[in-house]
Amino acid sequence: MSVLSDTAVITQRQLRLLTRVPEVLIFSTIQPVMFVLLFRYVFGGSINTGQPGGYVQLLMPGIFVQTVAFTLAGTASGLAEDMKKGLIDRFRSLPISQSALVVGRTLGDSLLNIVVLLVMGIAGYVVGWRPSSGAGNVALGFLFLLFFGYALSWVGALVGLSASDARVVQNVSFIVTFPLTFLSNAFAPTTGMPRALQYFAEWNPVSTMVAACRQLFGLQNQFGATAGSFPSEHPLTTSFFYIIVIMVIFIPLSLRKYRNSAN
Amino acid sequence: MKSIIAEQLVKTYDKGKIRALDGLNLDVEEGTVLGVLGPNGAGKTTVVRILSTLLRPDSGAATVAGIDVIKNPEKVREVIGLSGQYAAVDEILTGYDNLVMFGELYHLGKKNAIIRANELLERFSLTDAGKRPIKTYSGGMRRRLDLAASLIVKPKVLFLDEPTTGLDPRGRQEMWGVIQELVKGGVTLLLTTQYLEEADQLADEIAVIDTGKVIARGTSDTLKKQVGGERLEVVVEAAHVAKTLEIVEAISGIKPSFDEGLRQISAPVSTGSQALFEVLKAFDSAGIHALDVGLKRPSLDDVFLSLTGHAAEIKEESK
Repeated sequence: MSVLSDTAVITQRQLRLLTRVPEVLIFSTIQPVMFVLLFRYVFGGSINTGQPGGYVQLLMPGIFVQTVAFTLAGTASGLAEDMKKGLIDRFRSLPISQSALVVGRTLGDSLLNIVVLLVMGIAGYVVGWRPSSGAGNVALGFLFLLFFGYALSWVGALVGLSASDARVVQNVSFIVTFPLTFLSNAFAPTTGMPRALQYFAEWNPVSTMVAACRQLFGLQNQFGATAGSFPSEHPLTTSFFYIIVIMVIFIPLSLRKYRNSAN
Repeated sequence: MKSIIAEQLVKTYDKGKIRALDGLNLDVEEGTVLGVLGPNGAGKTTVVRILSTLLRPDSGAATVAGIDVIKNPEKVREVIGLSGQYAAVDEILTGYDNLVMFGELYHLGKKNAIIRANELLERFSLTDAGKRPIKTYSGGMRRRLDLAASLIVKPKVLFLDEPTTGLDPRGRQEMWGVIQELVKGGVTLLLTTQYLEEADQLADEIAVIDTGKVIARGTSDTLKKQVGGERLEVVVEAAHVAKTLEIVEAISGIKPSFDEGLRQISAPVSTGSQALFEVLKAFDSAGIHALDVGLKRPSLDDVFLSLTGHAAEIKEESK
């Protein structure tokens, strides 16, 4: 199947980034590592979680979700850059499957997440993160995170292919990911938020993902779960639903955008 | 046989407000080089994008190597090579990585892709640079690598969109050398340029386009003749000007023009090198020592000016 082999070639190109520009890995982990340190040691001391092991147990799933959410920006700016440099024209003039470039890019970016999450997991361990649910569940949690990152990568693909300028992409990605990650239960309980924000935060896919990961990592006490609200009671189901919905909407939209960039 | 045929191509942007192509007709004989010459915004890039399947025209028809560009773009992509205005290669990867990647995308298989990548690096004098990331390359090296990438499967038809725009004179010379070598191999080439000299150097035939239409077509020589014949130009010392004016007028039959600052006397002639021979003979018998004697043909700049009524100035590119 040439679609598969073409996609594999593009994915390899993505992964080669790691060996050619190791800085990329450093920069995509340095920010989350700083967040870990900031929340763990600056704010964490004044947040009372009533959680055995303390705030860091709640914090790390939030950091993981935030980290994979930035895949959106990575894919978007990568594709926008390829468009600007004319690289997409070259790919489109080749006798290859026309979806390979976008599919390969999203896959590659998601595979890079494996390395990033590994680094973040180690960083978490160093500052005291100890999941209590056993290796199987932890692995499942990470798989779920990768899956979420893959879905968001397709949102990024649409942003990157639609944008006229790489700087616009940066801004749009920031505007999308910043409120999503902070108006959530990732770093602080949602119960302290005004009612309207609380409502948003509960249904926010980032919150459901964070809650799902906390569950998979063996935490009972959910940050800001309002008793009775569906997403906080069923974070795994809700997150899974979100991921599927995002993919169902954004994969065809991005592929169509790519094909139509001819006109 | 015609390798490229474009008929009545129309492409508009901005809901019809900008007519990038306005009924453009082109054809290129197999194994020849057509230079598409025009200022920015004339529609050169749009033609290339349509013929290389990147863009669909609003109306009109086109075939490349006998294949319909609109109905069978996949088939066209198998026989063409495209090198654009930008060096369309991955900056982070090395030259070698890029060529292997594109080779694999052309389904050569890993082994053959590697062989072909090494061949091409060697041919374009990039063997050493091949190990470095593209971002360390000079502009000329990038373009050469980009050209190499468009030659991976030995295309039947090659499109080069402004291959030397933005290069310094040395890079331009190198690129010309590479393209001339390539043309000897018998590829059909459509080359766009805004450099009149470049079309003159590289193309068998030139199509001059302006505002989305071909406004003149022919060899460099016929275009120049269309504008006017050759001029005899001589430069002499001040003391000999009067006598020289007489001699030149006798040969040309037309009163010569005289540039006092340059002490240059010039007049149109129709007999070519015969006129040159006559003027030298006359100087010899009159004892005049000429500082410079020459036959000047009109430049393509003159051609463009007389065809379009405006110089080949840089207009804002409308995409």
